Amino acid sequence: MKYAFFPGCVSKGGCPELYQSVMQVYPQLGIELEEMTTASCTGAGVLQEKDLRLGDILNAHTLALAEQQGLPIMTICSTCQGVMSQANHRLKSNPEYLAEINRVLAEEGITYRGTTRVKHFIWILLEDIGEETILQHVKRPLTGLRAAPFYGCYLQRPREALGFDETPSRAKSLETVIDLLGAEVVDFPGKTRCCGLPLLTINQPNSLKMVAHHTSDAKEYGADLMVTPCPLCHLNLDGLQSKAAKQNGMEIDLPILHLPQLLGLAMGLEPKGLGLSRNLVATESVLEKIGIRV
Amino acid sequence: MPTTFRIKRFNPESESPQPYFQEYELETEQSDTVLDALIKIRESVDESLALRCSCRGAICGSCGMRINGHATLACKTKVVSLESPDGTVQVEPMNNMPVIKDLVTDMGGFWDKIRQVQPWLQPAGPKPDAEYIASPESMKHLTGVMGCIMCGACVSDCAALEVDHQFIGPAALAKAYRFVADPRDGASDSRLLALNTPGGMWDCTRCMECIEVCPKEVGAMDRIMDLRAKGIDHGIPSTCGSRHAEVFADLIEHKGRLDEPLLAMRTFGLKNIGQMLSFLPMTLRALVRGKLPRSGPLHRAIPGIDRIRRLFRHTRNLP
Repeated sequence: MKYAFFPGCVSKGGCPELYQSVMQVYPQLGIELEEMTTASCTGAGVLQEKDLRLGDILNAHTLALAEQQGLPIMTICSTCQGVMSQANHRLKSNPEYLAEINRVLAEEGITYRGTTRVKHFIWILLEDIGEETILQHVKRPLTGLRAAPFYGCYLQRPREALGFDETPSRAKSLETVIDLLGAEVVDFPGKTRCCGLPLLTINQPNSLKMVAHHTSDAKEYGADLMVTPCPLCHLNLDGLQSKAAKQNGMEIDLPILHLPQLLGLAMGLEPKGLGLSRNLVATESVLEKIGIRV
Repeated sequence: MPTTFRIKRFNPESESPQPYFQEYELETEQSDTVLDALIKIRESVDESLALRCSCRGAICGSCGMRINGHATLACKTKVVSLESPDGTVQVEPMNNMPVIKDLVTDMGGFWDKIRQVQPWLQPAGPKPDAEYIASPESMKHLTGVMGCIMCGACVSDCAALEVDHQFIGPAALAKAYRFVADPRDGASDSRLLALNTPGGMWDCTRCMECIEVCPKEVGAMDRIMDLRAKGIDHGIPSTCGSRHAEVFADLIEHKGRLDEPLLAMRTFGLKNIGQMLSFLPMTLRALVRGKLPRSGPLHRAIPGIDRIRRLFRHTRNLP
């Protein structure tokens, strides 16, 4: 199984520990990655506020690069996945629009034929690698650990572009993975809600209210940690958690793990290699709970 | 087949007016909607259950409520279509608005916000002899947004309203777009200026909940994004919201990637330096923890940046 790897800006920027943990886990899972170094940012839905067509042109360019490689794309970010899925959906479902976008790509001598599939790492885990293989790799079951899932909007909505109709199991992918790794799923109402990051520089108090609300809620439901497949959510839920707690007069301290970090722990990998010391909310309580000496 | 309905009850006139859940077991038919079931409960099991409904055909928008955690129309939701782990159907009043009784909410705030966007045509120029004419082609893109039945589902599930009731909300913003984009309207500039304020179009968090729950495919969030693009096109005074979009685009054009520190600095600008500095402790902690960007401290441009810049230029030449 080989994929064109689209790491996304944040795994190369604000969350380097995500990239680090993916590099640790993927070689053991029987997949090969070829990193897309010349692909641009998806626009993250922000560029699309200004110019949706420009966003679709940039994403069509990325999709065309993978098409030339003859590979499906693997993402590790809910936002990258969602934005590219939406662009791909618009392009594939409207031949006239695809032709219009291709006229721009033609200036660079490239064409997108509409054949590229884009999959988040979590979907690859469940749909391509398979539950049985994942179980074989679980060397350190996370027994006794209570993990709250947090998806990120773009991995939940809109359902049509994300292929939920064809693959309904995607709606609960995070719960499935947590369960496979031996941890207990903490189901809480905020798991599919917004982390607040898009508002951080626009309306900081509202953004931080969302962080405080979801992290404290998960903790009240009994979570030892929260796990997310979205580094943008991680930036807010982990990076801004102490600021959010202060603003809202709370004490929270809920460790937020990237999905490959939790997977890596269950695979028996060392916390340091998974970049856990780079998370801003200390993760020692999680490690202690699964018997790793800190 | 028997179905358990777990309904959130609230009676302000009771001795201890606290919301609580009450379960009802009911035989339902294959064709029953949740509204059919609720009416059966009210008529044959518990006449004290309060709910609001009228057309029963997804036209009037009266029976908006939350079913299994999401707002929708009860009359459009078949009981058999619902999935829940324990087989129960949970019914609650809409969120983000006060509850009058049981499943009936106070829509007063909803209508106030709709009125706030002045939802009527304000044409400019001399009055025509007959009516103001618009070609079918020029109105076609508005058919979706004109299909809004004001049920309140989008407002109920809006994540931004959940933390800030001052936010004008998705329904009112979609309605505003309906007039801003109407070729006959002459008040686009003033409408956009009014929405370029705290609580206006930049306070949407782009979570897409409103798109998912809308029973009429209005696509409120997409219309909010259209409003933002129109605002930028019309040259509205820059705010953190508009700068965020402008700077983001500029960074992709020049680096091909996001540069988080530069995005924050340029979005805040000198005017909001206090806000910028409030991130300093977090930034220092991140540096101490070794969160150094893999693309270099100044986020080097991606290897293929020349082509990305040319794609931006080609796009500018498009009609």
